[in-house]
Amino acid sequence: MSKTFKLDGREIPFETGQTIMDAALAAGVYIPHLCHNPELAPHGSCRVCLVDIGERQVSACTAAASEGMEVDSSSETIQATRRAILQMLFVEGNHVCPACEKSGACQLQAVAYYTGMLAPHFTHFFPRRPVDASHPDVVIDFNRCILCELCVRASRDHDGKRVFAISGRGLESHLVIDSPSGLLGDSCFAAADKAAHVCPTGAILPKGRGYETPIGERLYDREPISIVGDVRAHEEEVV
Amino acid sequence: MNESLAVTVEGFVAESLATHGRDPRHLLQHLIRVQQRFSCVPDAAVEALSAALDVTRTQVRAAIAFYAFLHDRPRGAFEIRFSDNITDRMLGSRRLIRLLIERLGLTGLPAWGCDLVRVDGRVSVGLASCTGMCDQGPALLVNGQAVTNLDAQRMDRIADLVQEGIPLERWPGEFFRVENNIRRRGLLLGNPATDGAALRRLVDEGADAALAEVERSGLRGRGGAGFTTALKWRFCREAPGTDRYVVCNADEGEPGTFKDRVLLTDYADLVIEGMTVCAGVLGARRGFLYLRGEYLYLLPHLESVLQRRRAEGLLGTRILGADGLDFDIEIHLGAGAYICGEESALIESLEGKRGVTRKRPPFPVTSGFDDQPTVVNNVETFLAAARVVQWGGYWLRGEGTDQSAGSKILSVSGDCARPGIYEYPFGTPVHQVLSDCGAENTQAVQISGAAGATLSPADFDRIIAFEDLPTAGSFMIFDHRRDLLDMVRNFAAFFAHESCGFCTPCRVGGALLRNLVEKVAAGQGSEYDLSEMRHIGAVMRQASYCGLGHTAPNHVLNTLDKFPQIYRRRLAREAHTPSFDLDAALSEARALTGRDDVGAHVRDGSEVSS
Ligand SMILES: Cc1cc2nc3c(=O)[nH]c(=O)nc-3n(C[C@H](O)[C@H](O)[C@H](O)COP(=O)(O)O)c2cc1C
Ligand code: SF4
Ligand code: SF4
Ligand code: FES
Repeated sequence: MSKTFKLDGREIPFETGQTIMDAALAAGVYIPHLCHNPELAPHGSCRVCLVDIGERQVSACTAAASEGMEVDSSSETIQATRRAILQMLFVEGNHVCPACEKSGACQLQAVAYYTGMLAPHFTHFFPRRPVDASHPDVVIDFNRCILCELCVRASRDHDGKRVFAISGRGLESHLVIDSPSGLLGDSCFAAADKAAHVCPTGAILPKGRGYETPIGERLYDREPISIVGDVRAHEEEVV
Repeated sequence: MNESLAVTVEGFVAESLATHGRDPRHLLQHLIRVQQRFSCVPDAAVEALSAALDVTRTQVRAAIAFYAFLHDRPRGAFEIRFSDNITDRMLGSRRLIRLLIERLGLTGLPAWGCDLVRVDGRVSVGLASCTGMCDQGPALLVNGQAVTNLDAQRMDRIADLVQEGIPLERWPGEFFRVENNIRRRGLLLGNPATDGAALRRLVDEGADAALAEVERSGLRGRGGAGFTTALKWRFCREAPGTDRYVVCNADEGEPGTFKDRVLLTDYADLVIEGMTVCAGVLGARRGFLYLRGEYLYLLPHLESVLQRRRAEGLLGTRILGADGLDFDIEIHLGAGAYICGEESALIESLEGKRGVTRKRPPFPVTSGFDDQPTVVNNVETFLAAARVVQWGGYWLRGEGTDQSAGSKILSVSGDCARPGIYEYPFGTPVHQVLSDCGAENTQAVQISGAAGATLSPADFDRIIAFEDLPTAGSFMIFDHRRDLLDMVRNFAAFFAHESCGFCTPCRVGGALLRNLVEKVAAGQGSEYDLSEMRHIGAVMRQASYCGLGHTAPNHVLNTLDKFPQIYRRRLAREAHTPSFDLDAALSEARALTGRDDVGAHVRDGSEVSS
């Protein structure tokens, strides 16, 4: 008999070594997440997948599932904490959703809707961050980067390239590109790389395909993220 | 960069690589040496190191940007950094910084991470978090060397020495004198002598017997969290792996803590003996002492102790002639990052990377340095373990409380007549420490550093022990003259500066919290801002990835509860004050249009005059 734990009252089967997130995804139950992608090593940095396991809160993407545990992923307290974390991400960068090419197909925005975030709430930092359009096929807008390191992991662990890294610390942390000039165009990055297809926000975008699907008809305009899941699984439809 | 400098830099890097090896894990150590030599890490060094060690130049640059003591642009030939802990400020450091700046012909004030550099490149003035000299502050670091007991005369002399370009070796020796200030000795401090007795017992009676004594003693880690030492050693010993490592955590980054500094000065033999015993128990052959960059001045001393112990057969191959007992220790320097005291970040740093907390589990006991089982213990823990193996577990049990065997060494600073090192049995009440050190009219005690708890007089009967008030050793005293909001501002800036930046709540929450504290301090806050501080603090506690973020809001949350008046008396109004001053923002437009009449002003966020 396989082992199970309870997620919001529902029995979820799991194998030893699986995380709460792995098991939930396999059972078709949605736990909001940004820095997680089942194809890459878990990271645990965004903290959006926080769940309650009794006394403690843990990130579902890194915590191992265990027999009989009771996990709460939908209480108002958990949702409120997630909302605050998202509000922090929104004020840390510069997110102009109504004008953004990724609007409607952006996981950050969709998770924000899911948790009931209606306004940024905190005081904006308005950092000065550049846009890097030096690459022929791909543009990077650092204003929308949430430091999830999915591109870092994809490039290093999947493409075998190490194009991206995080530099600085604290609020000064920022994504950097490994090339003599620091520009994407001078790196060995290619549009076919996995790293070009993992960004949960509009920070890494293909060039020359702007607004192909009108805003209002995009992935998360049609159905909530809790039903359709990650944007990476729908790439062909949305870009 | 001019070509001849590039050649010099390349030569220096080549030499460093030849002497210290090409293991990519030595990157940080190479960078520190380059920084010491050139007062920055020049591009040529980045290129040379990245080529030789097979790490990307981006990783090298990212490490430079991460560690506070490394820079990619030159600071001054004399690089001065004032310790900016609240205790230094209470001793008048701010006034002295201004004095020196004026004497050196600089303008402005340094901010955290933002140094003033004189145009001639001769000197720069910046700030460091606590440098661990709180009992003899104000203090500063000049080219990494600690100068204590600063006063106006010393500022004058330092300015002269800098103007005349006198090399550090010829500065007055008394500037660099660091006192131990041991005021109360107990179990551990009572007797610094060692003659390898713990090791002899290990060799005579075997590793199992040594571990059994540590188990019997009930020794718990002295670095803060209080994990049972024997359990940690046992887990590590039993974990599968090809190699095992022993790491001494001498990062001592917690503001107000300086006891490890004293232990490494006068009790280094015992600390190293504790590490060696641990290695014997684990079967480890290599160990590291991770020494915070602020204690650079201790490096020659520690190297010489290691050297002597090797000569005495207490370290190296066949220790005390025992077959298979081989163990040696390397010292690794930190470079100004509080998070590197956290054990998994420390291991990342040991491996030459940015000090970002690792995903746990696996914990270091099963997967630490080089992914092998690793024990990380505090300096004081190793010292205690050496004595426990020498004198037996019951010796430690003889003092302390039920769950906290033995004694605790405290670093006492702030408003008291006799700051310094005090060793007490666990179970000692706070008020006893206060009366012993000559503290009067005490308003508050900050115990266990910026990450610890703020105590009000109602707490002074509580006891120092894992059952009640656990502490890594910091004990900072504030009397009634002090405005505690100064402490809160200092700590809030500290945590915003020291967050590693990995996870959202600590990275963003810490900065938001600092900004709100400053808003209230500037007299622009409202009740709403106070509830925001509580809200952000709660999210950080709940959702952060590691202990830094979990504890970073403590000082704010504690003082909001226990000392609400320090905030309240500054509130501009009850309800809400916008953080954005619309009228001030319009000043540029007024200047451009040449208007300054009533109609060109906004009187209030809500009320636009027409
Ligand atoms: C942010 C942070 C900083 C820390 N700094 C130190 C330190 O400077 N020294 C230390 O011994 N432990 C420090 N610790 C605790 C270590 O992670 C670890 O628990 C300790 O070194 C274990 O040693 P012990 O069992 O002997 O106490 C820190 C923990 C955190 C979360
Ligand atoms: S660019 Fe995208 S994938 Fe990369 S760290 Fe930023 S948000 Fe994550
Ligand atoms: S709490 Fe998060 S950001 Fe803060 S130091 Fe730990 S891992 Fe880094
Ligand atoms: S998805 Fe789990 S922490 Fe980001």
